[in-house]
Amino acid sequence: MAPRLELQSLSKRYASVVANDAVSLIVERGEIHAVLGENGAGKSTLVKMIHGAVQPDDGAILWEGRSVRIANPAAARRLGIAMVYQHFALFETVPVVDNIAVALTGRFDRRALAARITALAARYGLDVDPWRDLHELSVGERQRVEILRSLLQNPRLLILDEPTSVLTPQATLRLFEVLRRLAAEGCSILYISHKLDEIRALCSAATVLRGGRVVGHADPHHASAADLARLMVGASPPPVRRASHARAAAPCLELRRLTQVSSDPFGTALAEITLELHGGEIVGIAGVSGNGQRELVAALSGETPSAPGMVLLDGRPIGAFAVAARRVLGVALVPEERLGRGAAPNLSLADNGLLTGHRAGLVRRGFIRRVRVQGFARGIIEAFDVRCSGVRAAARSLSGGNLQKFIVGRELTLAPRVLVVAQPTWGVDVAAAAFLRQRLVDLSRAGAAVLVISEELEELFEICDRIAVLHAGRLNAAKPRADLSIEAVGLAMAGSKSVLETAA
Amino acid sequence: MLRLILEPRAAPLRGMRLASPLIALACTVLISIPVLLALGLPPAVTLRNFFIEPLRTANGVSEWLLTASPLVLIALGESVAFRANVWNIGAEGMFTAGAIAAAWCALHFGASAPHAALLLAMACAGALGGMAWASIPAFLKTRANTNEILVTLMLNYVAGLALRYLVNGPMQDPAGLNYPQTAPFEPAALFQPLVPGLRVNGSIFITLGAAAATWLFFEHSFLGFQMTVGGDAPTAARYAGYRPAQLVWVGLLVSGATAGLAGMMEAAGPLAQLTPVISPGYGFTAIIVAFVGRLRPAGIIVAGLLLSLLYLGGEAVQMAQNVPASLARSFQGELLFFLLGADVLVLHRVRLRRS
Repeated sequence: MAPRLELQSLSKRYASVVANDAVSLIVERGEIHAVLGENGAGKSTLVKMIHGAVQPDDGAILWEGRSVRIANPAAARRLGIAMVYQHFALFETVPVVDNIAVALTGRFDRRALAARITALAARYGLDVDPWRDLHELSVGERQRVEILRSLLQNPRLLILDEPTSVLTPQATLRLFEVLRRLAAEGCSILYISHKLDEIRALCSAATVLRGGRVVGHADPHHASAADLARLMVGASPPPVRRASHARAAAPCLELRRLTQVSSDPFGTALAEITLELHGGEIVGIAGVSGNGQRELVAALSGETPSAPGMVLLDGRPIGAFAVAARRVLGVALVPEERLGRGAAPNLSLADNGLLTGHRAGLVRRGFIRRVRVQGFARGIIEAFDVRCSGVRAAARSLSGGNLQKFIVGRELTLAPRVLVVAQPTWGVDVAAAAFLRQRLVDLSRAGAAVLVISEELEELFEICDRIAVLHAGRLNAAKPRADLSIEAVGLAMAGSKSVLETAA
Repeated sequence: MLRLILEPRAAPLRGMRLASPLIALACTVLISIPVLLALGLPPAVTLRNFFIEPLRTANGVSEWLLTASPLVLIALGESVAFRANVWNIGAEGMFTAGAIAAAWCALHFGASAPHAALLLAMACAGALGGMAWASIPAFLKTRANTNEILVTLMLNYVAGLALRYLVNGPMQDPAGLNYPQTAPFEPAALFQPLVPGLRVNGSIFITLGAAAATWLFFEHSFLGFQMTVGGDAPTAARYAGYRPAQLVWVGLLVSGATAGLAGMMEAAGPLAQLTPVISPGYGFTAIIVAFVGRLRPAGIIVAGLLLSLLYLGGEAVQMAQNVPASLARSFQGELLFFLLGADVLVLHRVRLRRS
């Protein structure tokens, strides 16, 4: 029987780069096939060609033995190819059910569809209310919508791009069960990821891309994680170095019974959040997004001020301070959404440095000092190894990892007293993620207080000194990492109270 | 069946953003040919009367600059607001408010004050009048989250009616035989012509100065940068701590000041008194000028000269060939229509698809 999908030396060139160079790949029926590679290795372009969003310059695509030209995503859907994008393709202003309806053919019956969604969601443990408007959903919830939307199309090939980065370990295991069941039912799965452990647990074949070329095939069940990493990056990234923990005696940032109703009617209210963050330490906030992360970040950054005494900096009440006043005091934020919030997409990197860096002597008497602005951006680009065409490059022309390096670099260059980072390495390649984690650790060891809000438990366990779990707007007491296990935190993320009972 | 489908381009067409105003102008001229034929007019002669004849005399050039000046000045202020996504459609009302304030100065101090001081006072009064009018939508927007498009649009009519009331009542010329108009301004309250016998006056230097200031504001001031970020990426502006309310106030006050100043220039220039109608739609045409000029000072000057020529050409063909005055207005509309259409094509491509 012909394989489900066969790619024969597909190539795609853009003006300046060869994104894919003669990539060949075979996905058998019912196979879970991994595509491994760093950001910029050409995974996204390859996937877009299979999904019809981009046309190859060269090569052939064989679908079940038949040569096909996939003109657009609708054609891909008709063949039975469904895609869960890493960057979601969803409509903000309409409910979940409508977002799913647009991808389906047949009679438009929202009630019936909502019932199907709820049933499917329950079956796979992907909790989503079909009637909520999309703009109210967190990133994690949006991904669930994407996955549900694909599953409702009864695909014969399901493509997932970094699907687990926003799931709890337990939910990841459930998703794997789903994927294994789908594979057993004959659906082929193309699994794009850089999480080597997951690939080894889930996939039966792997194709490794580097620089747009296939650099190797591996059997993930037998290859070690180190082998795969070496294939992928050419060399394995160094482990994060953590100097001993030199925590300041007095807390730098304090949250005292922070209670706040969300400005979003479907958001999560924060309930009596208490936390002490000391200089010299990294504290991690674990939790599935949608449990108050967005609200907590806004309360910390000043985008939604609170009662003055609920947030204290060095004992001074700053709860009522707006963003600008808090930034002057050294409270910086690296937001979850890089493009559009952390950086203005159409502006150059120089201007994006100025965005929050203007306090670093880049403005005098209301006028911009262009030479200094360029120097500031150039300094970040060099110190943080941002791959770009220069300070004039528009922010949107950078890959996710490089833009994140620029944003983190900008905030670190401003030498904050308190840095709040949301999802620091979401969708960032292995080497860049290791680099960013090291920088966050270095910042804390230099005396700053760092708060990392992440859904990636391995990351939190790698870099944090203490970890707390945010669930349904409540935060349990942060505990030293050594006293916690990934399993226990994972259960607490899912709402289990018994594991991490609030302790003093 | 074949269907036309618009697909977003990966990147805007290179160079086309600058070329599209010229393409829009060419399309406007092209579409005017069948329109003129339908009106029974020879297109070549009419287009010549429209675009070339008005500029063949010194007086024509003088009138051209005199009309372009307020358009450019208003559009410069509008560009500051538009860059920050503050949609001020009320320049016409702010123009009127500025003209009223300047006229009040001229009527009160015209007989006694020295020329330069009086003009300065009138300019300040005009700018402040426009800003006062603009502060109403700014206050309502920042306090009550009203839609500034609706508020500014409606305030145009309020200003127009206020002017009508004033020239029929409190500001009416006592010696004016009950005509609805103010007393003519004293010579001290009027700009002197640059060239004797022509109407163009020193106020065009105010416009040029404003263009330079706007350029400086956008290119080199941090506040201008904040306005640009606020319009281009509002979420990033909030993240960085730029206050949205400040951007609304700056956008509306700057556009109010320039529109009010333009009203003063018109009152102290060609009008020399107030009548019930003082603007041939400058405040609305300036919106077209701002967008045709791509919200950039140099582009706005070119666009202002172009739209001013449409005004003059409209009058010229009206006189020479008895063409309806609304023809010039329809040209303006076509120009904006084609410009917006060209912009869609710069950002999207059209594909034929079988369905």
